Amino acid sequence: MITNLAVLPIVIPLLAAIIASFFPKKLRVVRIFTQVMMVINVLVTAGALWYVQQNGTVVLEAGDWMAPFGIVLVADMLSISLVLTTNIIGVACAFYAPKSLSQKQEEFYFYTFFFLLITGVSGAFITGDLFNLFVFFEVLLMASYGLIVLGGEKIQLRESIKYVLINLFSSMLFVTTVAFLYSVVGTVNMAQIAERVGEVEQKGILTTIGMLLFFVFATKAALFPLYYWLPKSYIVPNPVVSALFGALLTKVGIYSIIRVFTLIFVYETSFTHDLFIWIAGLSLIFGVIGALSTNNIKLIIAYNIIPAIGFILIGIGVFNETGFSGSVFYLVHDMIIKAALFLLVGAVAYLAGTSDLRKIHGFIHYYPGLGWMFFIACFILAGIPPFSGFIGKLLLLKGAFEEGEIAIAIIGLGSSLLILLSVMRIFIRGFWGEKDPNIRPNRRVARGFVFPVALLLFFNVLLGVGAEWFYPSIESIGEYLMNPEIYMDTVLKE
Amino acid sequence: MEIITSILAGVLFTTGIYNLLQKQLLRIIIGTALISHGAHLFILTMGELKQGAPPILEEGLSNYTDPLPQALILTSIVISFGVTSLLLVLAYRASKENGTDNMDQLRGNENDY
Repeated sequence: MITNLAVLPIVIPLLAAIIASFFPKKLRVVRIFTQVMMVINVLVTAGALWYVQQNGTVVLEAGDWMAPFGIVLVADMLSISLVLTTNIIGVACAFYAPKSLSQKQEEFYFYTFFFLLITGVSGAFITGDLFNLFVFFEVLLMASYGLIVLGGEKIQLRESIKYVLINLFSSMLFVTTVAFLYSVVGTVNMAQIAERVGEVEQKGILTTIGMLLFFVFATKAALFPLYYWLPKSYIVPNPVVSALFGALLTKVGIYSIIRVFTLIFVYETSFTHDLFIWIAGLSLIFGVIGALSTNNIKLIIAYNIIPAIGFILIGIGVFNETGFSGSVFYLVHDMIIKAALFLLVGAVAYLAGTSDLRKIHGFIHYYPGLGWMFFIACFILAGIPPFSGFIGKLLLLKGAFEEGEIAIAIIGLGSSLLILLSVMRIFIRGFWGEKDPNIRPNRRVARGFVFPVALLLFFNVLLGVGAEWFYPSIESIGEYLMNPEIYMDTVLKE
Repeated sequence: MEIITSILAGVLFTTGIYNLLQKQLLRIIIGTALISHGAHLFILTMGELKQGAPPILEEGLSNYTDPLPQALILTSIVISFGVTSLLLVLAYRASKENGTDNMDQLRGNENDY
């Protein structure tokens, strides 16, 4: 009975999506319904997290089919804490959406797509079955296709075609890779795959499959050199959609890399994980160059997704406990801060009527609340102590030093500075400067934007200042990832 | 039999990728459809092709057909069907709004955003 906890974070938003699709035109009802359901979902997930922390991993065997035969849902500390983070972002977006979306966009099933996106992301985090992971990827991608074209502007249609095509191609490659893996190990259950790869004699074929799978996930996570599709397609939809995409979609990709490369492909680490460090370094450099190269405030934040993914990959590349802890901590931190930043620049672009940095100045005279929140968000993103980015980077760099990877640590530190520069540019040029007399301040709208962003920043500051409090859990997740036997034993009940 | 279907899957992949690299939108969509067919055929092949054996695994039964690849394909077919139909509608709208179905002209420039 209690194992059903694992499926609740998937079922609640799914049911909410179906119910919300019945009355799309009654906006007042559907808004309140969405907000209430998201808050309920957060509470349930928080309860599940508490239960998992107390009693260990919860494994649900769907339809009571025993572990390697049926589909399993595995709610361990890693997956359930990411689901909780997802839902916190979901709450902020649910409160932000009515302020930034047009009435028509809301009426055309925004809330249904929104819930389905949350369903897909939660499912991808929780599932313990490689093919089921593909299915949940498709659920969240289908919802994201709906969200990216919402509004149907010329530019949205143009960018969404590219977005759909690249994702469709990588999904098909995912299916092919699952087929490859199935022919080698004869199962799609992740725990059983992990158990059987140890017995496979030809390790070369496994490395090939691992690289194919890495290609698939790297496309979804937007790592170097597969990030070219990301920045433009993430800025064309509404800010609230950009926030959901930037915070959740790429992170599902990097989570899958963490899961697969700590559990299944752990035998040829000298090749695969060295490659990861190279790719992480290049993602850091190219992402930052992208962020510095543009004057579009939304594009600056969108480019900042790429170095963040690079940072998380460092932890997987160095392959030690500290690195894994750092990756997980940075993942949680980055999900929240990216959502907050996208919502903030969305608010600025909405109030200024443009996202061109050259046309925005003196904003802080009219909207001091937004300005200072943006200032704090920049510090959190760049990792100024005592904020959460600092703790994550500290763990990652410590992990890198333990393995003697000095070069990547230096690249990481250097790019952190440039990240700070790229976002501070928005603050200095957009918020400071001469008071623009042409602006007619719309404080009432601005106040609506403040609450969701403040909620996210609160969690981010909590994560940084209360790091001492979270650290034991994060450390235990690092240890857990280092020992895949624990996962196999819990799922297969040996 | 496995070798023939593997080659067929490979041919589907190559033709699919050739079409994917074209400039016309409709050709690209046909390319994705071909690739998904290739992938589905490939899953079927990877589960070994057998005839005349029951698909159910009973205690002590050694000769059986693997039912799992078929379940996987079915799921995958439904998904790719959905995505392809969405893509067709999207391509139709996009080509109408932008007045072109040529990918070169759909590239856009920096000042649009």
